[in-house]
Amino acid sequence: MIGIMQTLRLALTALIRNKSRSLLTMLGVVIGVAAVIVTVAIGTGAKSSVADQINGLGSNLVVVLPGSVQTSGARSGSGGASTLTVADGLAIAQLPSVASVSPVVNVRTQLVASGQNWQTTAAGVAPSYTFVRTWGTSSGRFFTQAETQEAAKVAVLGQTVVQQLFGGGDPVGRTVLVKGVPFTVIGTLTAKGQSGAGQDQDDTVLIPYTSALQRLTGGNTIGTLMVSAVDAAHIEGVQSEITALLEQRHGIVAGHSDDFSVRNLADIASAASATASILGLLLAAVAAVSLIVGGIGIMNIMLVSVTERTREIGLRVALGARGAAILRQFLIEAVVLSTSGGAIGVVLGVAGAAAIAFFAHWPASVSPAAVLLALAFSAAVGVFFGYWPARKAAALDPIRALRFE
Amino acid sequence: MTPVVEVRDLTKIYPLDGAEDVVALRGVDLTIDPGEFVAVMGPSGSGKSTFMHIVGLLDRATSGSYRFAGIDVLGLDKDALADLRSRSLGFVFQSYNLLARTTAVENVELPMVYAGVPAAERHRAAMEALDAVGLANFAHHQPNQLSGGQQQRVAIARSIVNQPHLILADEPTGALDTASSEDVMALFQRLNRERGMTVMLVTHEADVAAHARRLVSFRDGRIVSDTLAAQAVPA
Repeated sequence: MIGIMQTLRLALTALIRNKSRSLLTMLGVVIGVAAVIVTVAIGTGAKSSVADQINGLGSNLVVVLPGSVQTSGARSGSGGASTLTVADGLAIAQLPSVASVSPVVNVRTQLVASGQNWQTTAAGVAPSYTFVRTWGTSSGRFFTQAETQEAAKVAVLGQTVVQQLFGGGDPVGRTVLVKGVPFTVIGTLTAKGQSGAGQDQDDTVLIPYTSALQRLTGGNTIGTLMVSAVDAAHIEGVQSEITALLEQRHGIVAGHSDDFSVRNLADIASAASATASILGLLLAAVAAVSLIVGGIGIMNIMLVSVTERTREIGLRVALGARGAAILRQFLIEAVVLSTSGGAIGVVLGVAGAAAIAFFAHWPASVSPAAVLLALAFSAAVGVFFGYWPARKAAALDPIRALRFE
Repeated sequence: MTPVVEVRDLTKIYPLDGAEDVVALRGVDLTIDPGEFVAVMGPSGSGKSTFMHIVGLLDRATSGSYRFAGIDVLGLDKDALADLRSRSLGFVFQSYNLLARTTAVENVELPMVYAGVPAAERHRAAMEALDAVGLANFAHHQPNQLSGGQQQRVAIARSIVNQPHLILADEPTGALDTASSEDVMALFQRLNRERGMTVMLVTHEADVAAHARRLVSFRDGRIVSDTLAAQAVPA
């Protein structure tokens, strides 16, 4: 019997003898495996970044939006009504399953500071906002409850605003004009990146909601209430409690539509990650097709190789090679071809994923499982597409094979 | 002394669909004892090649009996025949059939690879066989770096490396010039004389066959003459 190492050596020798052909044959599998690795990395990256973004929105977040209003039959979209008040927020904060509440008053404004100006959205929030959004300061500090009560003219800047107005320098202690009102910068926020919808979350300036209401909008209605449930299990309970509470406060009787809506980010999160998974799966399927095409290339070349080496096969049989040894030799050649192609493909795929992560700032992450799977799949491609040519080789009649020209 | 080849009433019929069957061998009896040097002659179509393939365990007889080194081989399966070939038979072909881009010593090792001989022992035996054919200095040359005569001598080294019971040489000088042919035949004679190797040579050239000590002639699937040479022609 001939050992597996010996067969492997035979296969390697045969492949090295035909270097350029072996490399060209491998190319199909190389491209297939690299494509699988890159697409799976992109898919996984997309999924994890969606998950990150959802988590980044806040902890156990429930969002209360004003409802739509109906004016002469025309209904505005969600948020069209100005129905939420600070008092609503305070009432919600009293609910037992609610950990924290922050109102959000958005004011579109032109910021001016140190000779630069920048249009952004100022958000009037409460100090609890840092907890609700799990968003801390990178320098300076956030404003306090006392500053909120006295409607202090203090501001905390997002990183994009810091960049645009101060060129990345430390803005703490400087003054920015928000709608012409001077605010003192007391801190900057950590970078948060893009939101799930592709918005730059760092393009913002946070001020006390009291200041926003009294100094900028001059009203009592707020855009959104961000509510943090005590834990994930209570999110749905909190949603229905808020609905009941606000229906009562707003005097909405059964059968009438609410003038507000309560949303839970879990739905959005699962929908978004499902989309990402499907996208990833689709990409991987397309890549797998190219791997199969690569396998057919291997089969093609192995068939050519069997014909070309008919005399060699005849000789080996005459010298005492069993059919199984010939079968194994050609099968191992095909598997070595496809697996080396797979290994090169893994290297290229990992490099490609890294390049995409670097240049496109896409969080492509290569998982070891994907690498192993791709390698195993490429070996399987070799076995599957190498078997038929190997069978043909093993079944050759040695007498005819030796005479073959 | 067990004969190396003991063939009784051997026939070989190739069935043809829709046509008359081709009868290649019509009852052949032959015994080859250890140490013999037999030349098998005959015109093409005489059955000598078919006979060699059956004796070389590459083909099966249709009927009759064949004992190779005392073993009844007609009942053996393909794997058992392959194992016998790797251990007990050496082949030399007209076109050398060396593996291209493979060194002489690796070519000589090939039968031992299939016989499961360990690598170190393979190398030692292969070098010894190359030495026996006078090519020890060419061990690491590849076939395309050797002359035809040298290539055939590498092939002969390959055929003797397993100490086989029988060397089968199919037109071994058919592709060689006269001088190289003489060399190759001299080598067969020396291996036969000095090592007691049993050689069966198939050829259609009378002057090549004259180097053997026994001459068997085939015609129309039968042995028509079987003579011992009083004196083999030295090459």
